Amino acid sequence: MAADSLAPTVAAALPQARERAARFLAARHRLRPIEALPWLIALAAFFIFPDRMMLGSQALIMILFALSLDLILGFAGIVTLGHAAFFGIGAYTAGLLITRLQWTEPITGLLAAAACAAVAGVLSGWILLRYRGLALLVLTLSTTIMLQEIGNLVPDFTGGYDGIPGVVPAPLLGRFEYDLYGHTYYLYALVVLFLLFFLARRIVYSPFGRALAGIRENVARMHALGSPVHWRLVTAYAIAAAIAGIAGALFAQTNGFVTLGVFDFERSAGVLMMLILGGTGWLYGAFIGAVLYMVLENRLSAVSPEFWQFGLGFVLVAVVLLVRRPRWDWVKLWRRVVART
Amino acid sequence: MANTAISILFDGVAYAMFLFIVSVGLSVTMGLMGFVNLAHGAFAMAGGYLVVTATQSFGVPFPLALVIAAVAIGAVSILFERTLYAGLYGASELDQVLMTIGLTFMVIAAITYFYGPLPEHVRMPDYLTGEINLGFRSFPTYRVFIIVIGAVLVAVLWYGFERTSLGAKIRAAVDNHRMAQSIGIDVARLFRISFALGSGLAALGGGLAIQLFGLTPSFAILYLVFFLLVVAVGGSGTLWGTLIAALVLGICDTAGKYLYADAGGFFIYAVAVAILLIKPAGLYGRG
Repeated sequence: MAADSLAPTVAAALPQARERAARFLAARHRLRPIEALPWLIALAAFFIFPDRMMLGSQALIMILFALSLDLILGFAGIVTLGHAAFFGIGAYTAGLLITRLQWTEPITGLLAAAACAAVAGVLSGWILLRYRGLALLVLTLSTTIMLQEIGNLVPDFTGGYDGIPGVVPAPLLGRFEYDLYGHTYYLYALVVLFLLFFLARRIVYSPFGRALAGIRENVARMHALGSPVHWRLVTAYAIAAAIAGIAGALFAQTNGFVTLGVFDFERSAGVLMMLILGGTGWLYGAFIGAVLYMVLENRLSAVSPEFWQFGLGFVLVAVVLLVRRPRWDWVKLWRRVVART
Repeated sequence: MANTAISILFDGVAYAMFLFIVSVGLSVTMGLMGFVNLAHGAFAMAGGYLVVTATQSFGVPFPLALVIAAVAIGAVSILFERTLYAGLYGASELDQVLMTIGLTFMVIAAITYFYGPLPEHVRMPDYLTGEINLGFRSFPTYRVFIIVIGAVLVAVLWYGFERTSLGAKIRAAVDNHRMAQSIGIDVARLFRISFALGSGLAALGGGLAIQLFGLTPSFAILYLVFFLLVVAVGGSGTLWGTLIAALVLGICDTAGKYLYADAGGFFIYAVAVAILLIKPAGLYGRG
């Protein structure tokens, strides 16, 4: 009875809803004016704080690293405690190329780092992504520590725990020298981040990106639909690994050294926290989170290192218990912006 | 040769008992609620520091200090469970991981603030130092002490798990959470009890660890990895799985460090990863 009386209303509303949905889908990936904001801020920072550009380039590198994690955590729903593995592989590839093989050209160094990290991503992803839950957490954590131990086993090659000093790349594109204030490094990192961000953006709005979201939301259904779930996950993992590898390579090139500390659990946990602070699954979480994290670190460490650690722990607990329950507000806000335009 | 083998076995078992004592609570709570509690290492460490304070500042004898630490941390953990953990049952694994990492950081920071980053030691009573002669050769008394405590706990926990109604309920709830609930078992209450007991045991383990490894604030994260390995390899929620996993990993790790000092740290991970690749739910786990 009630269904009968409702039916005409539903039927009338249907074309409208359909059209709205179609419009939403067609416009979802379009660039919005507000998306220029992070890049304008990054450029403005270059002119406002010219003497803080070393810190600035570290922030850009962390944004890139967090962005790579967002691809697998936010979009594919893979929870890993070992993302630092790929950052470390990238850093060591770049460092070893320069110091052991005298291959000092920086951009091909990045590409080599991306390739090595991607290969590691395919291999480890192919094996590890069959697992979920506790097993996956423990496996990702263990393999990262194993890499660190391997690095320590061949100190002649990797420098052991002392690491590799003197990672000094040749001038960028053969003409831009690196200055003391890190201006060149900052612009270099900014351009790399810009290119990779749009690559990531392209990926998440592609059918492949949608398939990842499907896997995140309902694996069983994606299997039932015939989606090659495992290969989709491995591909996403390898792409994220390559981007993390590039972040690691930039880290090695701009800091001038690499140590086995790049594989620390704290680094895997740190990038996870950055992403959580900024919100997962909307790409801009990496920007907000990494900057917020570094500002907090900067301010609270000035009081004392314990104060920073305690504050970070407190923020995490509060974020999980108070904010993540109803979800981040700015993610919701963003969705509304996307839906409206 | 035989002597080395005996040393490896002995030290390995002592290490395994430490791993078992700390990990068993983590395993049961993980099995009951699927709760990924990364703050377990922090509870163990807090227990260790309580033992340090009790023995150094108040002159409490070491064995009594262990008991006090276990009871105190067990009691405090109930408070945490009610305020922080209760809201996250059934939440995503990511939320549980994040919240407990956050809690761990807070504990580490608080302990670094009060105790400083340098390793802490405790003064052992005379009867726990030196060596003890078991007829064919002598062993460090303190490690014998750990093995005895471990063996007693295995017996007590075996009785509790297999012969009491509480243990039967826990086993039922680990096997099938929803079914257990539908026949009237209060799984949340079981979780609270085992959480408090497990945290108390972790604190005891933390106290025992001081003399073995020295205690620094990095203990909470450094050893957490090993506790997680034990739980994952054993299969969460299983007593025997945790014991076997602790023995396998403890002995492998010790053997690795004895025989190949350089590659020492590598073995425990290689063994654990190999086992997990073959049996993702752990040796005794289901599914």
